Amino acid sequence: MRTRLETLAAEAGIRQWDLGAACSTDTSVQVDRGEAKQLKGAQRRSITVRAWNDAGLVGITSTSDLSDTGLARALIGAHEASAFGNAADTPAFSPLATAPLPSLDQPLREQRSILELLDTLKEAERDLIGRHGAIGTVPYNGLAQRSSERIYLNSDGACRQQQLTTASLYLYARAEETGRKPRSGGAVRVAYGAADLDVAGCINEAAERTIAHLDYAPISTGHYTCVFSPEAFLDLIGAFSSLFNARAILDGISLSHKDSIGEHLAVPFLSIHDNGLHPANIGALSFDGEGTPTSRLALVEGGILRNFLHSEATARAFGAQPTGHAGLGAKVSVGPDWFEIGPTPGVNSGEQGLDRFASSGHSAAGERGLVVIESLSALHAGVKASQGSFSLPFDGWLLRHGEQRSIESATVAGDIRQLLQGIVGFEGKAKITPDGLCPWVWVDHLSITGEA
Amino acid sequence: MTQALLATAVPVAFDLHEHSWHGRLESLLGQGQAAGADLVEVFIERTDNLGVLAEQDTITNVSPAFGMGAGIRVFLGQRDGFVSTNDLSDAGLLAALDQALAMLGLQRSVPRLSHFDGLPALRDFAGEKRDWLQQSPSLAETTAALLRGTDQLNRHGQHLQSRRGSYARNWQAVLVAASDGTFAHDIRLHQTLGLNLLAADGDHRASVGRRYGTTDRPDDLRQWDAEAAALDLCQSAGRMLYADYVEAGQFPVVLANRFGGVIFHEACGHLLETTQLERGTTPFADQVEQPIAHGAVTAIDEGLTAGAFGSIAMDDEGMASQRTVLIENGVLKRFLSDRAGEVRTGHPRTGSGRRQSHAFAAASRMRNTYIAAGPHSPEELIASIDHGLYCKAMGGGSVGPTGQFNFAVEEGYRIENGQLSSPVKGATLIGEAKEVMPRISMCADDLELAAGFCGSVSGSVFVTVGQPHIKVDSITVGGR
Repeated sequence: MRTRLETLAAEAGIRQWDLGAACSTDTSVQVDRGEAKQLKGAQRRSITVRAWNDAGLVGITSTSDLSDTGLARALIGAHEASAFGNAADTPAFSPLATAPLPSLDQPLREQRSILELLDTLKEAERDLIGRHGAIGTVPYNGLAQRSSERIYLNSDGACRQQQLTTASLYLYARAEETGRKPRSGGAVRVAYGAADLDVAGCINEAAERTIAHLDYAPISTGHYTCVFSPEAFLDLIGAFSSLFNARAILDGISLSHKDSIGEHLAVPFLSIHDNGLHPANIGALSFDGEGTPTSRLALVEGGILRNFLHSEATARAFGAQPTGHAGLGAKVSVGPDWFEIGPTPGVNSGEQGLDRFASSGHSAAGERGLVVIESLSALHAGVKASQGSFSLPFDGWLLRHGEQRSIESATVAGDIRQLLQGIVGFEGKAKITPDGLCPWVWVDHLSITGEA
Repeated sequence: MTQALLATAVPVAFDLHEHSWHGRLESLLGQGQAAGADLVEVFIERTDNLGVLAEQDTITNVSPAFGMGAGIRVFLGQRDGFVSTNDLSDAGLLAALDQALAMLGLQRSVPRLSHFDGLPALRDFAGEKRDWLQQSPSLAETTAALLRGTDQLNRHGQHLQSRRGSYARNWQAVLVAASDGTFAHDIRLHQTLGLNLLAADGDHRASVGRRYGTTDRPDDLRQWDAEAAALDLCQSAGRMLYADYVEAGQFPVVLANRFGGVIFHEACGHLLETTQLERGTTPFADQVEQPIAHGAVTAIDEGLTAGAFGSIAMDDEGMASQRTVLIENGVLKRFLSDRAGEVRTGHPRTGSGRRQSHAFAAASRMRNTYIAAGPHSPEELIASIDHGLYCKAMGGGSVGPTGQFNFAVEEGYRIENGQLSSPVKGATLIGEAKEVMPRISMCADDLELAAGFCGSVSGSVFVTVGQPHIKVDSITVGGR
């Protein structure tokens, strides 16, 4: 690939270029009441080429055509697009594109036959439906595996390569009892190979979540103390990750500013790190789109904003180093990898806040009770990241007078800055999820809209 | 120089008059059929896309992309196997066919009786569309139009923190061949243009956006009225910047026309796709010819409106588009169906088999979906409410697996004593289609459509939503 590119670039008179490429083989199955619903396979390949022109401006083109004709056209296209490059914000090669990469323990697993995947999923569906008489179907389900490879090359000699295998299973059951509304619940598992998937755990969790919501009641609209599950809190922080995103700050669409480092963003016992290298992060990338090594980065420590996520260009603008969170583009996007959220070491983790509830048998939550938010939905629609506001439907429970009951249908609304300052404490050990790790998080005085 | 080089890089659509494609596809379908498949379908595409972003007064991103690929689907009874590939060589296509056959326990080396009679003459929907890519705006025209848009925002807006204009052009040439004799070709051109702004004054913030889109109109961007679009957006932002948060509760609501139709699309339209019937997740199964909505409601899905974002000459299974009445005077008439839907549910195909690209198997999807106009004026709807909410602009939303929906209101106003009053923000509409449809009690006479994207089982497809102003007698409004 390098030789072909060097030849083609020389022919086109392009002296500076870089390339990101990926190819993958995927197989996946879905089932419906004991029958194969759809079996899918895919062979994918794609490249993205950037070319710098003599004025130092950059252009980009992407294609799935990896023939010499396709590569040549992509290079020419990128060179042409560079005429419209942004002189005020031109990316360069990452200074870390040739730095040593972290060592990741990522076993490469053999791909299983699609008929084996099908048998596994059929059995899982049968098992899940058999857990409760009200569970009639598992309308959303899938078992998939992927073998992939990605590379990054540039004309200064950088050469990155990574191979990876992953597998995933999701089961989302639907249950309905006579005269009552249908309820649903689900679970997801990821692993390096299909044989490594915790199928039993996924079935158990999907069954428990579905059954737990069968007995539901509406909730009254008002303000409640809420307890976010690790998954829900990680989703919320992810939706507001523009707080930490240097690209969003430069674009003026973040709540943070260039000089926000050092500000008290949250309660003093909250820390947030981005750590794509965590061993539990299945599918971790060892380098980002610009070839910068992935690394662990403190975003919030002791409630104080410590660092932003950077690409090469944003790092240059902030006088910082790239952090390994970049995409590949003429305007390079920046995004988080995998969050570690929890108490700041050496600082109390809000025990006093939780003690207030424990000593009073939760009565400190008031006559209304506590709302447990198990999962949030519609984050793409209900989060206004640039404004800080959110209004999101959720699945969860109301804990009141020692009883726990599923909430029929409700939304939780608030402001992310107020929420981060309103955290009462953490409960339990941090739980590992596909998106990061986090304990249960208690937050005071959030607005809940219900239908009671 | 730039435009000259770009012109050399423009791909040709499939040269379908070459015998090679006809013969290659016929061979592929014949081999699949001989291996025992009930039906084999091949979908081939070439794409040429362009994305441009303007921020403040600068072009900050130009991202061209082109590609090609094939999706091969094999049916055996009610089951199917689907394989996609970027390799369009004979060997690549055969490998994909073999993989799809193997998913169903079939293989080419075990030929069986075949009833494949070969492909007929091509049904060519492309016609005069072959030059559309070349007729589309040049990069220079595109960047100039976007900068006009962000400049107009600057002229008409106040307290602006961020101004953005974005443009996307999606050109796609498709060829569909199937062993039932389908052999069809089409070219699609979609252009979409968005304007967004973020206004901030102290702790007050408002972000608003609009998206415009058309299909099959190469000249569309050239005719865009940037000033009118910017003015509309800036007026919205000005009203919303200091708006209060809405109080939560149950209210009568008037939903504005155009993008207000997103609620019908999400909350009801998806439940009328045969993919939902197959899953058992629609409450409307077995209710054809039964009342499912207020008698004021007639709803239509069609792919025929000239220039509308969801219009298609043929669907992605080679079937000509059509007009499908979903609900007539409150009575359910029809489900949207694709090839698999017909096989699995018995509902006849409606020209609704759609997919984002070759990487997805087609599924029953909406096109231009809207509630038909009624007899009232919008003012009559508002005048009928003492205390409620007027939703002038809707944001996004979603529908859960049990039919519950939720939608963000981007621009809302209180209704007091039959009149619009103060602006409110932070509202979310929550409900369930089965409960809300009978509560749509009034439809105005001002039907309009709006372009959008719909993401579902077969990827993201171009659609329009639409409706006149409608009144919902009661709905849960989430707020603070």
